[in-house]
Amino acid sequence: MNIKKILLYIFIGLTSILTLVPFIWMLSASFMADGKASVFPPIFFPDEFVFSQYETLFVRLSMARTFLNSLLLSFSVTVISLFFNSMAGFAFAKYRFIGKKKLFNLLLSSMIIPSQVTMLPLFLMLKSIGLINTYMAIIIPGLANIFGIFLIRQYILAIPDSLIEAAKIDGATDFQIYRKIILPLAIPILVTLAIFTFLGTWNDFLWPLIALTDDSMYTLPVALANLMGEHTKDPELMMAGSVLTIIPVIIVFLVLQKYYIKGIMMGSVKE
Amino acid sequence: MVNWKRKMIKSAKNKFSTYSSSAAYIFLAPALSAIFVFFFIPVIAAFIISFTDFDIYALGDFSTVRWVGFSNYFKLFDDPLFWQALQNTFYFVIVTGPVSIAVSLTAALLLNSKLVKFKAIFRASYFMPVVTTLVAVAIVWRFIYHPKFGIMNYLLSLISISPIDWLGDPLWAMPAIMLMSVWKNFGYNMIIFIAGLQNIPEDLYEAADIEGASAWNQFRFITLPMLAPTTVFVSIITMIGYFQLFAEPYIMTQGGPLNKTLSIVQYMYQEGFRWWNMGYSAAIAFVLFFIIFVGTLIQFKLQKSDNT
Repeated sequence: MNIKKILLYIFIGLTSILTLVPFIWMLSASFMADGKASVFPPIFFPDEFVFSQYETLFVRLSMARTFLNSLLLSFSVTVISLFFNSMAGFAFAKYRFIGKKKLFNLLLSSMIIPSQVTMLPLFLMLKSIGLINTYMAIIIPGLANIFGIFLIRQYILAIPDSLIEAAKIDGATDFQIYRKIILPLAIPILVTLAIFTFLGTWNDFLWPLIALTDDSMYTLPVALANLMGEHTKDPELMMAGSVLTIIPVIIVFLVLQKYYIKGIMMGSVKE
Repeated sequence: MVNWKRKMIKSAKNKFSTYSSSAAYIFLAPALSAIFVFFFIPVIAAFIISFTDFDIYALGDFSTVRWVGFSNYFKLFDDPLFWQALQNTFYFVIVTGPVSIAVSLTAALLLNSKLVKFKAIFRASYFMPVVTTLVAVAIVWRFIYHPKFGIMNYLLSLISISPIDWLGDPLWAMPAIMLMSVWKNFGYNMIIFIAGLQNIPEDLYEAADIEGASAWNQFRFITLPMLAPTTVFVSIITMIGYFQLFAEPYIMTQGGPLNKTLSIVQYMYQEGFRWWNMGYSAAIAFVLFFIIFVGTLIQFKLQKSDNT
């Protein structure tokens, strides 16, 4: 091994560890007793492991409900939007209809509009039909999404039309073609988009902060932000809350990272 | 190859698509109506609201809303807090944007090097912050920046730098948020850069090697120009994302100290959803949109002039 190579490894190794330090500290502080994380110099491994912070979260602060809210909402938004987006992506990829190009360009160019612009009227709309502080308040804005339609369309474009034609000749309806041919072939991109949507909904903060007003409806980020206000001096408890929020996301990522990373690469390819 | 594929798709499409455009509308209907009702209508409504005095009274009774023309926008122009938010956000975008991109590119070059093995592990650890929940990591960093017990000051004390009150000092609060944002986001662009690097034909480097070009010159005259389209894409999405800065200051500083970290979106949120000045808040949202729009145009223009 030459020197250059060794230096390169040392640099990459050190920076990788440095990147992970916040997570390592978070995890270890979450197992410390009250006050143990507020010492100088900071300790990176608890002298004794305690679960009292997690106990507080679940027993006193009923975080189980919050966790389930996050899980349920992320799951529902993912399933519904996958269904809506894949149908629209199929239509844009394989059908010809009046105004297709214009419509598609309009959608693409409106991706530049920051979502914050829509939040005030959306809040008023949902409030007037009594949906603020319900699960629907989170699900409705997530029903469909332009980036998702775009990603699926790109993928379906590459599916040969001969498959669709053959099915047509055999008498398949359009919906059967979508269901039996397109969806199975598009599974890789559907998995990718599912991860994006799930993580996006799980991590989302501003809209749930606006749309959910009651403790029992909060998602994890909103509950955590709220908790931070009362527990600025309890790093151990806050770290346990952060672990609870982050661990599911890290698991999803580690298991499915191949799809996630491919999705980012695909999204960056202009036609 | 792509052209050939496209041609094939086109010729096949003609046959297939002639029968079935009504099915297309049925497939489009759910997604497009959701986007129309819950995205496009709100955008238009927000634009209209920004010309009214929609406030807390209007929430109870819509009939109290009055048309006020451009006065919300004029008011913004005279609002020192808005200018502060604007200045903070630009400061954040202008510093954090280029720094993140530089860090992303460096990481991508490292991981793309043929000398390195175990790439997947390093890539995963660089990438980890990207997937994690912003609110949770902002909380973690708030404790990392703790003036007395935080890891940051501990690490600095090892190289004998005296403790800094990161989030409490008006001078340091924004740089602290910037550092955390670079850490949180560089992995995303790194992936895009890796994809871009892998698209550069190997023989360009081989030819340069034969000519005896140095590593730096190869980077300067092959890698950078070949990556230009990727860099433009990355700059645009990074800029759009950074202009929407919100959760970091909301969690770490609440916009303080002395409003030195108050961001545009945070100000919009406060005006709209804390004080219910919705007309005013909508005007702020549109200024944000306008800034992002102009920023994107400028970057496209810059790229065009680079190419010619």
